[in-house]
Order: sequence, then C-alpha cells, then structure tokens
Amino acid sequence: MSEQQKPKKPKIPRQKMPEQNPIERAHNFYEVALGYDNDLALLEASRCLHCKKPYCMAGCPVEVDIPDFVEMVKKGDFIGAAWKVKEKNSLPRIAGRVCPQESQCESKCVLGKKGEPCAIGRLERFVADYAAVHGEGKTPELPKPTGLRVGVVGSGPAGLTLAGALIKKGVAVTVFEALHELGGVLVYGIPEFRLPKAIVKSEVDELRKLGVEFKTNWVVGRIETVDDLLEKAKFDGVFIGTGAGAPLFLKIPGENLNGVYSANEFLTRANLMKAYLFPQSDTPTAKGRRVVVFGGGNVAMDSARSALRLGAEEVTIVYRRTMEELPARAEEVHHAVEEGIKFQLLTAPTEIIGNETGWAVGVHCQKMVLGEPDNSGRRRPMPTDEFFDIECDTVIVSIGNGANPLVPSTTKNLETNKWGNIVADLETGKTSKDRVWAGGDIVTGAATVILAMGAGRKAALSMLDTFGIK
Amino acid sequence: MFEILEKERIGPGVNRAVIFAPEIARAHKPGQFIILRTHADGERIPLTIADKDADKGTITLVWQEVGVTTYYMGTMCVGDKLQDLCGPLGKPTHIEKFGTVVGIGGGIGVAPLFPITKGMHDAGNHVITIVGARTEGLLIMTEDMRKVSDELLIATDDGSFGIHGFVTQVLQSLIDKGTKIDLCVAIGPVPMMRAVVKVTKAANLPTVVSLNPIMVDGTGMCGACRVEVGGKTMFGCVDGPEFDGHEVDFELLMKRLAMYKGPELIALNKFRETDRGCQCTFPGGA
Repeated sequence: MSEQQKPKKPKIPRQKMPEQNPIERAHNFYEVALGYDNDLALLEASRCLHCKKPYCMAGCPVEVDIPDFVEMVKKGDFIGAAWKVKEKNSLPRIAGRVCPQESQCESKCVLGKKGEPCAIGRLERFVADYAAVHGEGKTPELPKPTGLRVGVVGSGPAGLTLAGALIKKGVAVTVFEALHELGGVLVYGIPEFRLPKAIVKSEVDELRKLGVEFKTNWVVGRIETVDDLLEKAKFDGVFIGTGAGAPLFLKIPGENLNGVYSANEFLTRANLMKAYLFPQSDTPTAKGRRVVVFGGGNVAMDSARSALRLGAEEVTIVYRRTMEELPARAEEVHHAVEEGIKFQLLTAPTEIIGNETGWAVGVHCQKMVLGEPDNSGRRRPMPTDEFFDIECDTVIVSIGNGANPLVPSTTKNLETNKWGNIVADLETGKTSKDRVWAGGDIVTGAATVILAMGAGRKAALSMLDTFGIK
Repeated sequence: MFEILEKERIGPGVNRAVIFAPEIARAHKPGQFIILRTHADGERIPLTIADKDADKGTITLVWQEVGVTTYYMGTMCVGDKLQDLCGPLGKPTHIEKFGTVVGIGGGIGVAPLFPITKGMHDAGNHVITIVGARTEGLLIMTEDMRKVSDELLIATDDGSFGIHGFVTQVLQSLIDKGTKIDLCVAIGPVPMMRAVVKVTKAANLPTVVSLNPIMVDGTGMCGACRVEVGGKTMFGCVDGPEFDGHEVDFELLMKRLAMYKGPELIALNKFRETDRGCQCTFPGGA
C-alpha cells in the first residue's frame, strides 16, 4: 500500500438557522427562526476552538462562560450547558433570540478573523430551549434568606435580570409592573414572530419558582413613590428599570391625524393586546393597506413586519440615510427585505397629508443626500430641493423613545440629565440617591435588551456588595 | 383580581359599581382615572374614578354602555371580578381655595365631576354645580352632587326636569346676573365642553376640562391619547386628563375619538352574538 496522505479535516461551515419561508411567514405571527436541532447544535459547537483566552466572553455584557457552555454542547450535555449559561444569564431563551450577537460575543470570536464566527447566540438559544422542553434536571439550591428585600420598578429585561441575580443570593425581590403582563418591552414591543410571549412567560415563571414576587397593574409614582418603597415598605434597596417608554414624534404637520401611530402604540396593540386576533381579542389596530414607517432601527423593522402580517399590501420604510447606515441589526433588515418590505432611502418626511375627515392619506417627502460625517460618525443627511409624495393610509413613527418622566419626577433627590434620563454609574448602577440603583434604557436612552440585562446584572452585583453579601 | 361589591343600574345604559381595590382607593386623588380590563382577551379602557372609600378599600366607577367593554361590564354582577385594574393614573385636579367654583357636568360627565366638586367644596370654595342631561331619565348622581354643592342647578334639554335648556344657558345666566366666578370645571361630552368653553372664553373665565381620548397603556408609553392644547401635542394620560379648556383643540379630539368606529362596531356586534358572562342587566333587561 502506498503512502496515504492523511485526509484534511473538512472545514465545517457556520450552521444556518432553519427559518420559516418568507412568503409563508409574512402572513403569520409564528416565530421566524425555528432553532437548531441536536445535530445542528453538535455540528456548530464542534467549530468552537475553546480558546484559552476567550475573547468572546469579553464581548458579552453579562459575561456568560461561553467556551465552557459550548464545550458541554460538544459533549452532548445540553442541560448542563443550559445551567452554565444560567449562572450568568437568567433569561437565556430571550437573549438567544434578541441579542445582537454579531456586534457582541460573535464579533470577538477568533474564527471570525478568517471565516465566520461560531454561532454562539444560536447555541445559547438551543440549550435554553432544550432545557425548558426536556426538564431542567435540578433547580438550583438557594441560600438561606438574608432577610434583605429589594424593590424593582419595571419588569423589563434589566429588572428581571437583577431579580434573578439577587434571589439566587438570598435577597427577597418584589417586582412592580405598571402593565397587566410581565416583561416590559419584551411583551409590548418585540413582536411574537421574533420573541413569542410564551418564551417570556416561561422565563418569568422560572423566576417566580425561585421566589421572586411580582405585582402587576402597579404604577410606582402613583400608588406608591420610590420614597414610599424605601421609607414605608422598608425595602433595603430599590432598582429603577422603567425603560425608555415615551415615544418621540417628528413634530411635523399632520402627526396627530387618524391612522398615525407611534411604534410603541402600534406594537402594543399588535403584541400585548393581541390585535392580530381581533375580533377574538377586543383591541383593534389599523389594518393598513399601504403603510409607511418612519425610522430605520429594530423597532421600525418590527413595526413594518408586523404591519405586513396584519395584512398590509405594501409597507415602506422611509429612512434619511442609506442601507449602510440603518441602525437595525443586519439580520432584521435581511428578514424585512426577504419578506418584501420596501425601503425608501435618502428620504425625510416633511408632512403627513390628511383628508377632510382627519385621516392620513399620504406623506410629503424630501430627497436627501449624504454630507460630511456628524457627531455619530455617520454621514449627515442633507436636504435637497426635490420633493415627492407617498400615498398611504397608515403611518408608524419609529424614531425613538425618550425617558418616561413618571418615576424620576415623583422621586426626591434623584438626579436626571437634560433628556430626563436618570443619572447612574454605568459600572454599578448607583444613582444620586442613597439605596437607589437604576439601569437599562431609563439610564442610557433606548438601547438593546442585552445591554439592559448587563445593567441589571451590574446593579445586582453592586447591591450585593453594598449589602455585604458574597 | 378586583371584585365587584355593589352594582346598580342608575340610568338607561348607565351603571355604577363599587369595586374592591384598596391600594387604588388609598392613593386616589380627585381627577384621576383607572385603566381596566375585564378579561384576558379584553381591551384596556380608561374610566375616571367617581368616588372612593379609603377605609373600606373601594372605588366607585360609573359608565355608560357604548363599546364592547362597557357593554360587557354591564353584564357583570356583584361577586364578579375585573381581570385588571390599574391606577390611580393621571395628574390630580389642582384644588385650592379659588373663591367661587362652578362645576358643569353633562350626562355621564357628572360622575368624574363628583370627586372634584367634593374636593373643591372641602377646600372651602363656594361651589355652584350645574348638572345637565338630555332628559330626566338620564340625570345621574344629582343627590350626591347636592351634598357637596352650595347651589345645585339642574337642566334638561327637553325640559322634563329642572330648567328647560342646556347647561351653557344656565352658565350664561349666572354670568349675566353678575355672579363672581373664579373657576369653571366642565366635564361631559366633547360638544358640551366645547360649548361651555365658548361661553367662558367670552366672559374670560378660567376653565378646566377633563378629556377622555382613546388610551392603551395610560402611563405615557404609547401616545394614543395625543391631544393638542395651545398648539402643542400633549398626552392625555400623563399631561392630563385635565387641561385649560380655552386652549384645547376639540375638533381634533372628536376626530381622534372616532378613529375606531368601524372596528368598535364589529367587536360590539360579535359580543352581542355571543353569550359572554352573566346577563342579568343586559341592555333591554333591568
């Protein structure tokens, strides 16, 4: 036998996420991404180099032990892997779905230097879903109660993460939520087809099992103030995670016409209030034929894709810059394009045109060109003298959210900045007020779910440190 | 869950219920409202709190059956529970001793006017209350109002009870008589509030109105309740519900209130076809 050359180990490509076909999914609210199966997960995990110096971990706001959990996936210990993730991340089913991994952990992956990075987010989602479906094995042993109690204002990603981190250290947690459902932006904002409500509910239920107490329909600032929580209810600390819940408008003529929505309202009707089931559910929403969305972020993509699923014939995103500058995640833009969302780029709306009964019938637009880079480093859109109209019956304004003033304005000695955001140390979440921490969008302005989760985790560590708990 | 402790029909399609909600009862101040949901697939609707008893831990709601939720509530009985009750929401009424305060309530608007009238009366104001309705059968809470008013004037459009005419005519005659008025508070159907403001603007009388735009969350998050006041866009839920009547764009408010007329009718017709909950006071009954 002649010398045989050792066959080269075939290079395994990054495993694609199975998805619902775009034509079908554009008309339903079921989840777009279907998740890995065991084989795909094993294959993808086998790509991980288990680096000694895991750069990926440095890219994770909650510092998940990525190489370790991926190693456990390689060995087929999916439940063990899920627990490894949960040591740092109380909401892995959510993070695995909505984190912008491409700009976090995966952006640091060594494999990404020459090829495609390991699909860490997809693996995180896989193990968390696997554990939820196949049983957790064990529930973590909780330490003896310390007797300390923390009140959390808002049940969004920051508050839930903090609650999970504290309860595991024996600190009692009560979460106050203004809406009737728990999860904040995870249930009113992010659509069912990206993050099913059942997933959020399962994560919340897990926290409840650990002993976290939840109070819905409870508006802090109205029923009780933060000062009441500290002085009367005797909480040892309060965390404010109320999010960026005040929709911004362009302040152009016609914005109060019928058929014009903030993205928050449109998404709240469609998600939280299940308007897509109307009239089985009682809340209606616009079933626009021709829908125009202002803005280019993830929320704009969510609004556009929801409108399409509600039955719109044509959905157009109007954005001032080009495809390159869209602030939305590449994956969301890609999905939107696949589903047939139109992009009217280098365009700024100047007026919404109404009819005599007060309904929107079109948008007056101005063509833009890109000028010199501005403070954000992106090229600034400059107006031209070219104008045109887009016919429509529904307009969704998705240009961002300001800080909801209710809690800051009813709390004594709590410092806010000129935008109304609470001033807090980004490393500890400490505010200007003793025993009060804050984190998430109410501090940073509208950002991502995982950054809010990171802020919740940091604030929890700071609280534990303050309380003298290791 | 929030249990209904008392429930009665106080007019055609108009109901009053006392509901156990101790935290809301304790925190409530005049002018504030709640958002409720009757069941898991229900919509969120705002209703102004008509009264409260902090000791008993109850609030009183008064509503007219107009849409699917208010009709559904009409079928609910003592012992039934509301799925969700969130509040108190909105800015409380600014109450102080102004001097003479004229409260003007039209139709169902008398209910939200009641706690404000009581508050103004308790603050030492001379309170003149004008209560109006289309016809005698639609007058509500007149005896409650009498207890917290120094003067109570009742008017019906058809003259079936009290003064024959509109509340605006009663107000105009007060002004014409030279009554010294320091503040007007008007709550009722939008055309009524608009008509009152027309009168008080001419007489240069400061006027507070309480608006009822369509809301979803009620905490400033969605912006469904946009109203224009003094040319500026405000949120009814957190900037209001009370605003300077002279500055409110009532035309816009009316148009926006009509935004869901079509779907509202679809939902109501579907409700009428289904047998949802107890129907002891279903329209046509009681």
